[in-house]
Amino acid sequence: MAAAERVLVLVARASAGAQAEVSVRLGREALTRFANSRIHQNVDGESSHVSLRVAEDGRVASASLDGPLTDETLGRLVDDALASARVRPVDPDWPGVAAPAVIEAVDHWDEETAAAAPGDRAHRVADFVRAAGGLEAAGYCSTESVVLAFANSAGQAAVGRATSADMDGIARTATSDGAARAASVRLADLDGGALGERAATKARTTADATDIEPGRYEVILEPQPVADVLSFLGIYGFNGRAVADGSSFARVGEAQFDARITLRDDVTDPGQTGVAFDAEGTPRRPQDLVRAGVTSTIIHTRRTAARAGSGAESTGNALTGVWVAGAVPTALVLAAGDQDDDALLAGVGRGLLVTDFFYTRVLDPRTQVVTGLTRNGVWLVEDGRVVRAVRNLRFTQSYLEALAPGNVRGVGARRSLVGDGWAGHALVPSLHLGAWSFTGGARG
Amino acid sequence: MSLAEKGDLLEGVTRVIREAGADVAEASSRIWETHKVFASSEGSRIEQTITECGAAMSATANGDRETQRRSYPGIRGQYGTRGWELVRELDLPGNAPRIAAEARALLSADGCPSLDATDLILGSEQMALQIHESVGHATELDRILGWEASFAGTSWLELAQLGTLRFGSDLMTITADATLPGALGSFGFDDEGTPAHPVDIVRNGIWTGVLSGRDSAAMAGLESGGAVRADGFDRIPMVRMTNVGLLPGTDSLDAMIAATDDGILMDTNRSWSIDDKRLNFQFGCEIGWEIKGGKRGRMLRNPTYTGISPRFWGSMDMLGNRDEWTFWGTPNCGKGQPMQIGHTGHPAVPARFRGIRVGVRG
Repeated sequence: MAAAERVLVLVARASAGAQAEVSVRLGREALTRFANSRIHQNVDGESSHVSLRVAEDGRVASASLDGPLTDETLGRLVDDALASARVRPVDPDWPGVAAPAVIEAVDHWDEETAAAAPGDRAHRVADFVRAAGGLEAAGYCSTESVVLAFANSAGQAAVGRATSADMDGIARTATSDGAARAASVRLADLDGGALGERAATKARTTADATDIEPGRYEVILEPQPVADVLSFLGIYGFNGRAVADGSSFARVGEAQFDARITLRDDVTDPGQTGVAFDAEGTPRRPQDLVRAGVTSTIIHTRRTAARAGSGAESTGNALTGVWVAGAVPTALVLAAGDQDDDALLAGVGRGLLVTDFFYTRVLDPRTQVVTGLTRNGVWLVEDGRVVRAVRNLRFTQSYLEALAPGNVRGVGARRSLVGDGWAGHALVPSLHLGAWSFTGGARG
Repeated sequence: MSLAEKGDLLEGVTRVIREAGADVAEASSRIWETHKVFASSEGSRIEQTITECGAAMSATANGDRETQRRSYPGIRGQYGTRGWELVRELDLPGNAPRIAAEARALLSADGCPSLDATDLILGSEQMALQIHESVGHATELDRILGWEASFAGTSWLELAQLGTLRFGSDLMTITADATLPGALGSFGFDDEGTPAHPVDIVRNGIWTGVLSGRDSAAMAGLESGGAVRADGFDRIPMVRMTNVGLLPGTDSLDAMIAATDDGILMDTNRSWSIDDKRLNFQFGCEIGWEIKGGKRGRMLRNPTYTGISPRFWGSMDMLGNRDEWTFWGTPNCGKGQPMQIGHTGHPAVPARFRGIRVGVRG
């Protein structure tokens, strides 16, 4: 906080009357990576990052600094930001900095994770490799801790901290890969052996995979692909910027989703990670994006809320230094259902059980048509039973249509925390969907 | 160049794009000046200063059911190891009204037909993406050795096939050359201290080389390809593309169109998806045109195509000439854990492919 307040003093000294908001992030990120069943990379770094945005007479600009926090470096940061602002035209959409507001007490922090040593990650990797039972193994185990301080010229100030630990790995046969992953606030929650065993089971049970005709199939999506679907909906749909630009599908008040879908962005959930304020110092309060199938909320930054008008307020979804992205959800939580894995499977007439999606890309943000591939284990399910493994498939599917009314056949009871592929984690169950469009085999 | 002049250019073109009918206009430029100092226990003492610069703009039009976008000079812009003169050469103001008009026109254009096999001509910007995804990444030796297996994936290429595998048609000759003047992937020495030098990757359709560093090359029994870079002092250097691109052929885009009785021309990348072995891909472009009887016809929206890398490259039967050879620069190649962003170059020309599946729909 001292560094953040120092920056505000320097701004006021250089430009009386200028508005300013500053974030100081002190982080430690460590990652142990393995391939061919041995650790081939280990990195462990501490960083300090300062992001400053200034508004002088309505002219707005930002600058950032990575490195030591001295008066010289902070002074240069302030000078750079003000120099940039002075060559800009007045920004008619500048909403001003946030007024003071109370930040909810959220502490997704674990001291042991913050202090994790390479050996703590390495022994989990060893457990994974051992549990893979002779199959080749690859993946990573990471730990991250961040302390974030925010202050602005209107008097808003906040300090938060968070830790996260992720482990993600594959076991490989000559013809197949199987994956398993876990994430938590606490490294102690990650069991490398259990993950390795699960990955190996998936790899072995898909070693004799055969082709299947592309077409429309029921699917059970495990948590990683579910997180992928929800992330695209969040960034391209519930994002206030997408709504303002006219590229969003979201229409508040309409039943655009199946009634089984209740989705929120909620960093306060005990199963989530992250800090409880955003890059503009706005509190991150739980936001109901979809309530029993009905689109309920558009998420906003201060800018997108100002553009939306009609009393819209920031929901605390601005990302540091990525202002053009608009409002991004980073703590998605999908409500669990009441079906365990066996019950989900039992509900499938003829469909595919999918472990992962890979290289998904949006073809059109309005229709949410996305193309991608399956990966790390796909099985054909008939009459509620797994009958054989199938080779990877390419899909071209509207994510919105996939969760449309009538298409969600089941929601899992057990949820997993997985990386959302963008900037946070999603806490999600598996989903049984009535139809999914596979448009090609991985071999063409 | 003052910051004001750069800002005025970008804000000016967005104003023009909006006035020309787009709903959303964006323009950006990025400049890097990197001073690297490398020292090794083997005696290397290397200092390099590399300037990189480029710009991009786009126009988005919103329709009732979908959005359409046109970008210039491409979805990622154009970048090189050059100064602001590169941006001037792009002539953003001169192209701003056109991309706005095309974005609007795409909303009412016919959709790309779904065909199992047709002649496909790709513009050079899309060819740069095709090279990047289906050749560049596939020939990274660390991927081939399995070092990226759990994240980015591996490769369909096996080292035992180096020197004999047919990757594409005889027209396909691809080099990885970090010495190309002004190309984005150029440098003097890589981040292991290996001097930049050209490496043959594919010669007349046969796979002949890989992108490698000292450790990966040693494991494979090869000489280092000098292709290792990190995106910062605090990241592990790893195999990255340099300037991976096609040597030009003898045809022109006009000649390709004239020689095509029934096909589709596509340009400007819009979406890209490829499997973890770099084999099965589906790419989408911003704009397409039908070709009938050797002439460019109606505009097509949402053009996509899909294929399997060696089959696709094997179908290439016409290749653009030196007059249309562009050193495209990709400033946002993601690889590694923790993620690193690499700057890669891709010399490319237009090309024609036969019997390609297009118009993939969900």
